[in-house]
Amino acid sequence: MANRNIKIALIGNPNTGKTSVFNQLTGLNQQVGNYPGITVERKQGIARLPDNIKGTIIDLPGTYSLNASSMDENVVIELLLNRNDKDFPDVAVVVTDIENLKRNLLLFTQIKDLEIPTILVINMADRMEKKGISVDIPYLEKEFNTKIALVSSRKGTGIHQLKKLIVDFETLSTEPCLNASSIDPEYFGNLREKFPNQLLYKLWLVITQDVNFGKLERNELNNSSFTKSESELKRLQQKETIKRYQFINKVLRDGLKVDTSKATDFRTRLDTILTHKVFGYLIFFAILMLIFQSIFAWSSIPMDMIDEGFTWLSGYVSENMPPGKLTELIAEGIIPGIGGVVIFIPQIAFLFLFISILEESGYMSRVVFLMDHIMKRFGLSGKSVVPLISGTACAIPAIMATRNIENWRERLITILVTPFTTCSARLPVYTILISLIIPNRMVLGIFNLQGLTLMLLYLIGFGSAIISAILLNKILKVSRKTFFVAEMPSYKIPLGRNVVITVVEKTKAFVFGAGKIILAISIIIWFLGSHSPNEEYNRAEEIITQNPENRNLPEKEIKQKIASFQLEHSYIGIMGKSIEPAIEPLGYDWKIGIAIVSSFAAREVFVGTLATIYTIGNVEDEATIKERMKQEVDPDTGKKIFNFATGISLLLFYAFAMQCMSTLAITRKETNSWKWPMIQLFTMSAFAYVVSLITYQLLK
Amino acid sequence: MKTTLATLRKGQKAIITALNVDAIPLKLLEMGCLPGNPVELIQVAPFGDPIYINVNDSHVAIRTETAIEIDVEIISD
Repeated sequence: MANRNIKIALIGNPNTGKTSVFNQLTGLNQQVGNYPGITVERKQGIARLPDNIKGTIIDLPGTYSLNASSMDENVVIELLLNRNDKDFPDVAVVVTDIENLKRNLLLFTQIKDLEIPTILVINMADRMEKKGISVDIPYLEKEFNTKIALVSSRKGTGIHQLKKLIVDFETLSTEPCLNASSIDPEYFGNLREKFPNQLLYKLWLVITQDVNFGKLERNELNNSSFTKSESELKRLQQKETIKRYQFINKVLRDGLKVDTSKATDFRTRLDTILTHKVFGYLIFFAILMLIFQSIFAWSSIPMDMIDEGFTWLSGYVSENMPPGKLTELIAEGIIPGIGGVVIFIPQIAFLFLFISILEESGYMSRVVFLMDHIMKRFGLSGKSVVPLISGTACAIPAIMATRNIENWRERLITILVTPFTTCSARLPVYTILISLIIPNRMVLGIFNLQGLTLMLLYLIGFGSAIISAILLNKILKVSRKTFFVAEMPSYKIPLGRNVVITVVEKTKAFVFGAGKIILAISIIIWFLGSHSPNEEYNRAEEIITQNPENRNLPEKEIKQKIASFQLEHSYIGIMGKSIEPAIEPLGYDWKIGIAIVSSFAAREVFVGTLATIYTIGNVEDEATIKERMKQEVDPDTGKKIFNFATGISLLLFYAFAMQCMSTLAITRKETNSWKWPMIQLFTMSAFAYVVSLITYQLLK
Repeated sequence: MKTTLATLRKGQKAIITALNVDAIPLKLLEMGCLPGNPVELIQVAPFGDPIYINVNDSHVAIRTETAIEIDVEIISD
């Protein structure tokens, strides 16, 4: 029996502490991936159960019922309806919250109807005393026809009992606890006659999924003689829901006692302040300021350390490994490439730290409530606030965070405009350009001019997101029903363990997801920059040293001349030169052109590419790169390349252009169409070109 | 004028009498927003929309465009 493995599906409403139960059962023994083809997160973990049995637990996305209204919820249904799925569970564990038992049980009764062994977990048992709640477990077990585990994922109690119940899942009854078909006996009778071998409730789900969302196969159901209209089906669904609640209410009336005199109105009082028409907004903006402060001020220390560390490592490798192509690849391609990914970890980790604290505590829902009316005017939803804030770290998780926006039109607009927010990848570009063109001076005594410029760029980012949302709202003709339902969970002190796991998982997802692309591009750039189709490239040393003009130059400058000659004649130099006519009106030379081309797939590559361009064959630190950029002059006019006009033009180009392949890929996945990412790519980039062109022509 | 969820004042409690199923998301029904269930208006967002209700012990925010589709009978201020 040592090798026995039980497959467990963890199911529950959002905000029931399902993830905490998952964390308790599995510890850090988890894997996060995606369901094939869609970007719904797939969390799986291993639990050690009694008797040396292994439990493979799938943490399914939170869902209110088996009537799917989002992609996340659809995953749950597709798994539970398909007994041939390799992940089809031996036992379902439905997690409920003692304070919301009535509503949470709706999902439980639906799962029970699928005739899968189902364990009911009543979570947050630690709050029972404070809230004056008592439950009659044996009575509920009898009525619901299954076993119940009373747990507190916060305190870790009851988990052992849950594990024992899981091991004994074969003794659980698979009988449904109510007869849902009585809502329309004739219709269900016909169904049973037509498909005698199918589970009635399963048929019903397959039929109704089309109404709400689904893409489940309907095969012969379509042409059956007793189809009902969408509206009729929805009425039946309402009847079904009422029926389930009648059953649940009847059971809870005897099985659950709540002493209301003990219930505190802490939530009401906190709600009054946090959703107040003045204080509510003040508190929200104070929290936003704190988040930005931490992302930019606090994370600069570890970022500088990472930067210096990788520069040192790169130098160490090139000095201590035998010279040759491999050493060059490692020192100039791979190490700076990995460094370019790792440097974002502090910012991303800080952002997710705050977001998960705000979500865990229940505060985020209050922000959604406060902001909905304002956002609705822009064609967005209150729920768009979360993606727009997350977008300041990275558009990828931000776009994924749009999934809980029920209204497709609002969700689409949010997805399309999120890339305008200033993500952390733009930050290194902004930082270096600002330090080149904006004097480090104080204005009005307290504001640093460089800092103000950076803030202005953030405002431009948010502003253009909002303005494009307004425009899209006018243009887009997407006719789908508009709904907004936001649960307002009770306030909870965030669990450190959950916050840490979220931060670790999201950061890992960024490093391995976006990181792969950045690393690959770094290597490609290195290759293109150090290889050439021309014979001249290999004779660079000969050509430069034999030029009489260079005869009296010191050795260091000769080396630099050779390097830049090689760069000019490399593949990437040829590419840069070929696009020069198109970017010249914007104030850029071919070297900047190379940086723009290479950063087309990921913005942060810009600084790395310039670093590579100015130092190929010669590893230096960032300060020196900045000095080199400062000294760069136009060979024809003798004027500085990175002057004010070019700098501003470049800043605006990076503020607007769609230069992130990962974002395009995620938009493709989330909208399930190439149309939207292509619209993002072309309109944003064209807009960036026009704005930069006008800016440069006005300023030069 | 018909009394709907949208006409309630802050703090008022009511019972849902009828609703327009076609205009209400199923998710809201599943949260217990059904005829016969009690509902209380907890908070109204600035500018009057959305509203924050407690229906059948579910705390949820909905827009007024949905709230006008839910008829209620006031039971206490």
